[in-house]
Amino acid sequence: MEDVLIEKKPAIAGNSFSGELQKTANELLQSGEVELFIGYEEGTRFPRPCFIASTDEVGKLIFDDRCTGNLAVYLTRKDLIGDKKVGITASYFALRSILRLLTEHQIQLDKLVVLTVSAEKEVIRFATTDDITAYLQTAPIPVREDDKALIEKLNAMSREERWEFWSAELSKCFKCYACRAACPMCYCTKCIVEENRPQWIQPWASTLANIEWHINRAMHMTGRCADCGACGAACPLGLPIHLLSHQIVQEVTDNFALDVNQAVSGDNALSTFKPEDKENFIK
Amino acid sequence: MKKCFISLAGLQRWLNVLIDTQKHLYAPVNKGAKVDFGRVASADEIVFDHIQTTQSAKSVAFPRTDVLFSYEKEKGKVQLENADLTAYPETVVFGLHPCDAAGFNPLGAIFNWDYKDELYNARMERTVVITLACTKADEYCFCTSVNGGPGNTVGSDIQLTPVKDGFLAEILTEKGEALVKADEAAFEADRGDVKEKYLVKLPEKFDIKTVQEKLQTAFESPIWKAQSQRCIGCGACAYVCPTCACFDIQEDAHGTKGKRLRCWDSCGFALFTLHTSGHNPRQTQAQRWRQRLLHKFSYMPDRLSVRGCTGCGRCSRACPVDMNIAEHLRSI
Amino acid sequence: MGRLGGALMSEFEPKIVAFVCNWCTYAGADLTGTSRIKYASNVKIVRFPCTGRIDFMLLLKAFAEGADGIIVSGCHPNDCHYTSGNFHARRRWVIFRGLLNFMGIDVNRIQFSWVSAAEGAKWADVVNGTVTTIRELGPYTEYRKAADYLVQQDKSIIDGQEALIKSVSSL
Repeated sequence: MEDVLIEKKPAIAGNSFSGELQKTANELLQSGEVELFIGYEEGTRFPRPCFIASTDEVGKLIFDDRCTGNLAVYLTRKDLIGDKKVGITASYFALRSILRLLTEHQIQLDKLVVLTVSAEKEVIRFATTDDITAYLQTAPIPVREDDKALIEKLNAMSREERWEFWSAELSKCFKCYACRAACPMCYCTKCIVEENRPQWIQPWASTLANIEWHINRAMHMTGRCADCGACGAACPLGLPIHLLSHQIVQEVTDNFALDVNQAVSGDNALSTFKPEDKENFIK
Repeated sequence: MKKCFISLAGLQRWLNVLIDTQKHLYAPVNKGAKVDFGRVASADEIVFDHIQTTQSAKSVAFPRTDVLFSYEKEKGKVQLENADLTAYPETVVFGLHPCDAAGFNPLGAIFNWDYKDELYNARMERTVVITLACTKADEYCFCTSVNGGPGNTVGSDIQLTPVKDGFLAEILTEKGEALVKADEAAFEADRGDVKEKYLVKLPEKFDIKTVQEKLQTAFESPIWKAQSQRCIGCGACAYVCPTCACFDIQEDAHGTKGKRLRCWDSCGFALFTLHTSGHNPRQTQAQRWRQRLLHKFSYMPDRLSVRGCTGCGRCSRACPVDMNIAEHLRSI
Repeated sequence: MGRLGGALMSEFEPKIVAFVCNWCTYAGADLTGTSRIKYASNVKIVRFPCTGRIDFMLLLKAFAEGADGIIVSGCHPNDCHYTSGNFHARRRWVIFRGLLNFMGIDVNRIQFSWVSAAEGAKWADVVNGTVTTIRELGPYTEYRKAADYLVQQDKSIIDGQEALIKSVSSL
């Protein structure tokens, strides 16, 4: 029967840079420099995070263009990491998150070995935050074409059309909080949605309660967001919620004359100010 | 059980008649890049060639936010008004796969375990389930490993199997028969199609008996920690699951009046078991992952004689970090 | 329709909530009163220690609970009682306003101002101006519709509840 088929996973795509990485991870684990290595392994359809504690498992490690999830989310997980020295393969955006987590004193560089694989297939190890910043300034920023197209579409809309779009999209949200769980910056032990005295945000799923949640999530990302898109990628309903935090990044860079890499490595954009900050709406 | 044949055109005509008779028809429709259940105004909105909708059909009977009752305090007196069960609409869910229909069995068992949940039962009474047997599957599907199958009729009132030039219709219950009567002419005599010939062949991924036996002694096993390391603790798996029934009770209060609501919750959240004292009996994600699997494959079979999994694979498709449940069960 | 529409529009009295700081704008509004300057009575003033304290959620709650327009006002830059509260607030509003606009929430319904304790006349102008703007924009039902939680849910499987909710909310 032609109809009878089991759909197979797509063929492995992109450039694979895994060999060199496996060698480095092996050395790090063997020398005891790290006790746990956080990387990617092959998953059901896409690469997924993996945790490697012994050299026998190093062969699983991969790193290629498909490894876009932000592994920095695991660095603040005490139950996983404890006091261990950890190695991590960081994508471009994960490096930004690591910078921000360092700035916010959530992680310490002396307990962390940060690696990335450059476009030239070289494994790069970062010794200082300045090294990370320098790399981020020169390495090409991965582009998400779909997002660009949608943002253009939204910006061309009238205000009413944008409201129509967002209220319809966000009405679908069922508050599984995958966006929050996938975000390296959402490390609060008590999230605003869990506050009930007062209950700022209604905890059930409904249009306005969802809109309020997503506005809060985006606002709390001001000056902290790496613009990695992990929140949107995590959404099981495929809602483009990462565009909200992207808009915040845009507002910070446009209004406070900071580029994203500066914003994530400096003091928080909202807890600092310049007397000469510009606006055109306070009258 | 009665067998008939129905053409695609006949099917669409029949469904449109159902819509015209004021029934709420829910079916798979395109939602952006995904296919999910939605209320349809016309049968030609319905998508037929999807493998699986993002969400299950459980919200027909267990919506994500549901009103239990309303209250108002006036001059020292409190007035309560229960949800009006008679106002629930007559509903037809069309195009769900056998795994989804099978999910109403464990869901019903939970909602009738000791207390008979009137809201769930009233909604189910008004709901007719028309399944579409599966001619396709993907690498996440594993219904055959949990005693289901691509042509399983448990929970269906009518099952349609796509055959040459149309559908083989199996009218399985009285509810189904009543629905057929809305436009009997759309149904033709059975052509003798052999259902099995059209169904997808889905090999078993694990032996459920062995898995369940192993789980009996697995409480202290190190596998929970190993498997759950990458789990980030969101509720996506529970919310898309056809059998997950955990809920939270919330209050939508405005001064002296308000509503009490029931809304979805998930055992994957740290908050789920957090006590007011600050103590959390399930402190780590490993414990929460263990709870999820044991609840579905050990506690529910023990207490309710049903399994909390129908092999739809949605949790694995929805998971941001690929916690593939079939793979994890196999590795136990 | 024209006549009826016109009649309805003229009957619409905008509900405005003003979030103001204690030290400048609240004192300014006081001065408006003691100076016997008349201004529109559509505004309800909520006093805060500083504009830096005004959480953006308060604005969203005001819209959800029935406000058609909002005023946020405090001390002029460099005049903050706490030195820098208004500078922080200004940054917050820059970001928040940009996000709201991106989401299609009507930022023209939020008036941000600096009104000092000496500017009683300016406060009257700010209120009157806002009332005029909101009167033209009409009631903000678009946003409140989203707040009506169960009725407005996605055209998904759940909206079969509509009838139920109507019956229950008839209380």
